[in-house]
Amino acid sequence: MTGPFLDAHVVVRRPGHLLDVRLQARPGEVVAVIGPNGAGKSTLVRALAGVLPITDGRVRCDGETWEEPRRGVRLEARRRHVGMVFQQGLLFPHLSALRNVAFGPRSRGEPRRRADAVARGWLDRLGVADLAERRPAQLSGGQAQRVAVARALAGDPRLLLLDEPLSALDVGVAAALRLELARHLAGYDGVALLVTHDALDALTLATRVLVVDDGRVAQDGPPEEVARRPATDHVARLVGLNVLRGTSEGTTVRLRDGSLLVTAVPSQGEVSAGFAPSAVTLTSEEPVGSARNRWRGTVTSVVPYGASVRVHLDAVGGLIADVTPPSSVRLGLTPGTTVWAAVKATEISVYGRDAGLR
Amino acid sequence: MRARARGPAVGRAPLRLLIPAFLAVAFLTLPLVALLARTPWSQLADRLTSEAVLQALRLSVVTSLAAVAVVTVVGVPLAWALARLDFPGRSLVRALVIVPLVLPPVVGGVALLSAFGRRGLVGGPLDAAFGVTLPYTTAAVVVAHTFVALPFFVLSVEGALRATDREYDVVAATLGAGRWTTFRTVSLPLAGPGLLAGLVLAWARALGEFGATITFAGNFPGTTRTMPNAIYVELQTDPDAALVLSVILMAVSVAVLALLRDRWFDVAVQGAVRR
Repeated sequence: MTGPFLDAHVVVRRPGHLLDVRLQARPGEVVAVIGPNGAGKSTLVRALAGVLPITDGRVRCDGETWEEPRRGVRLEARRRHVGMVFQQGLLFPHLSALRNVAFGPRSRGEPRRRADAVARGWLDRLGVADLAERRPAQLSGGQAQRVAVARALAGDPRLLLLDEPLSALDVGVAAALRLELARHLAGYDGVALLVTHDALDALTLATRVLVVDDGRVAQDGPPEEVARRPATDHVARLVGLNVLRGTSEGTTVRLRDGSLLVTAVPSQGEVSAGFAPSAVTLTSEEPVGSARNRWRGTVTSVVPYGASVRVHLDAVGGLIADVTPPSSVRLGLTPGTTVWAAVKATEISVYGRDAGLR
Repeated sequence: MRARARGPAVGRAPLRLLIPAFLAVAFLTLPLVALLARTPWSQLADRLTSEAVLQALRLSVVTSLAAVAVVTVVGVPLAWALARLDFPGRSLVRALVIVPLVLPPVVGGVALLSAFGRRGLVGGPLDAAFGVTLPYTTAAVVVAHTFVALPFFVLSVEGALRATDREYDVVAATLGAGRWTTFRTVSLPLAGPGLLAGLVLAWARALGEFGATITFAGNFPGTTRTMPNAIYVELQTDPDAALVLSVILMAVSVAVLALLRDRWFDVAVQGAVRR
C-alpha cells in the first residue's frame, strides 16, 4: 500500500469559524484529538464521518478517496466504513442492546442470523452479553456506553471515531471503561480517533496526540513528546502531564531507562504512568520523606505558568514540575541547577495499553 | 388544592372573572347533557339496528377508514419531508397544508367541486378522457374526508418526527443505513406515539365530516349518506333517530379524547426524558 492509511486535510469554513486540520495516520494508531471547547474537535470528527461536508481539502482512507470537493468526490457517511461513539451514547431507545449492535451489520446487508451472531460476539467482548435483551433505558451509563462501543466496532470500521466517549460518565465508571477501551484500541487494526478534553485520556490511551486549537493543529506528536515539550503555552496548559512508559509487575514499573517507579495500584505488562506536574516536589537535597520515587536531574527551563512556576528537568527523559514562586526562589531554580524531584506512589495513575491489564 | 393554596397570597379570585368562566363551562356542557337527556335510551337497540342507521354507520366506518388509509400513505411522507428536508418554500408548503384546517368545510366542498367536478379543472378532462366522474359517489366521500383530515395528521406526525433527536439519523448513517432504512427502522418507530395520535385524530375528523361531504358528495342513502349527513336528514323526519346517531358520534369523540390524552401524555413524557 502506498501512502498513509488515513490521509486527511479537513477544511470546514463556516461563518466565524475555520477548521483547517491535516492528519495522517498508519493502521493501528490511536490518535487523541485534544483541545479546548469550540476548537473544532467535533467538527473534525463529523467531517471525517461524512455527516458534515468539508469545504476544501480531502479525506482518503484505506486507499479510497472519501471526499475531495475540488474533484466533486463525496462518499456518503453510510458508504464510509466508520464507527462512531458519541458522548451521549445515542443508542436507539426503541431497540434492545442486541438490535442496536446488530443495526450496522444489518444495514450493510448481513442476514439477521449472521448480524445477531456478530452483535452477540461484540457484546460479549465488551462484557455486556447478559444485557443483550435490555432496552437502553434499562442500562446504566457505563453499560450503555459499552453497548455503544460494541455497536461502533460491530460494523468492522476502518476508522473508529470516539467523540468524548467517557465524559458523560461518573469518574469511577469512566476509569473502568478507560481500561476496557485501552484494551480494545490496542487490538484494533484500523485508525482510531479519540476526541477528548481530558489530558489523561489523551496521554494514556493514544499513540499520538493531535492538539487542535482555534481550528488549527497546534501540535502533533507522540504523547510523551507533546506532554514534555508542548509547542505553545496553550498546549502546555492542555496537556501538562508527566507520562512515563514501562513494564509493570505488581506495584513496580520498570521504566525504559532502567529505573523503577513505585505505584499504589498494581498492574501488569506494558503500561503508561501519569501524574500531574503539581504532584512533583523539588528539593535541593535528596528527600527523606515518604515519597519513594525520586530522581536527580538538571533544570532545563523555568517559566511562569499561571500562579505557579513550571520547571522542566532532564530526569527520566524529561519531567515537568509545577512549584510555587517562593520555593522556586528558595531553590534558586535556573537552567543548569541540580535538584531532586519526588512523587508519591499515590499520585500516579497507571493505564495499560495492552491486554495484560484488566 | 393548588388553587386554594395559592389564593390567600394574592387575594380572592374576583367574581367578575369567576362568573363568566362558570357561564362558559355551563354553555359548553349544557347541550351535551341535554343530548343525553333527550336520547330515547329504551329504543336505542332497535334504532341501532334499523336499516337507515346501520347503513349510515357502515358507510361512515368504511369511508372514514379508507380516508385514514389514504391520509397515511401520503401524509407520512409529507410530514417526513417537512420535518427532515431543507428545501426552499418549506414554510409555504406548511402553510398550504394548514389552509384546509381553517377553511370552512363547505368552502372545501365547493373547492373540491371546482377541481374534481364534472366541469372541474381536473374532473373535466377526466370525464372527457375516461368517462370517470367523481362527485356524488362514495369515492367522493373519501376524497372529502381526506381533504379535511390530512392537515391534522401531517401536523401531528411532523411534530412527532421533529421531537425525535436528529442525531439518531446521524448515528444510523454512520452505521451504514440509507435514509429509507433510517426512516423505516428509526424515525418512524420513534415517532410511533405521534403517528398513532395523528391517525386517531384524522379518523375522528373524517368520521364527523359534514360540510365538505354534503357539498361534494351529496346525500344519497347507501352511497354518500354518512352518519353526519343522516343526522341532518333524520332531524327533519325522525328526531329520535338523529339523537341516537348523535349519541354514537359523541361517544366516539369522548373515546378519542380519552385515548389521545394518554397518548399525548406519553409523548410529552418521552420528550422530557430524551432531553
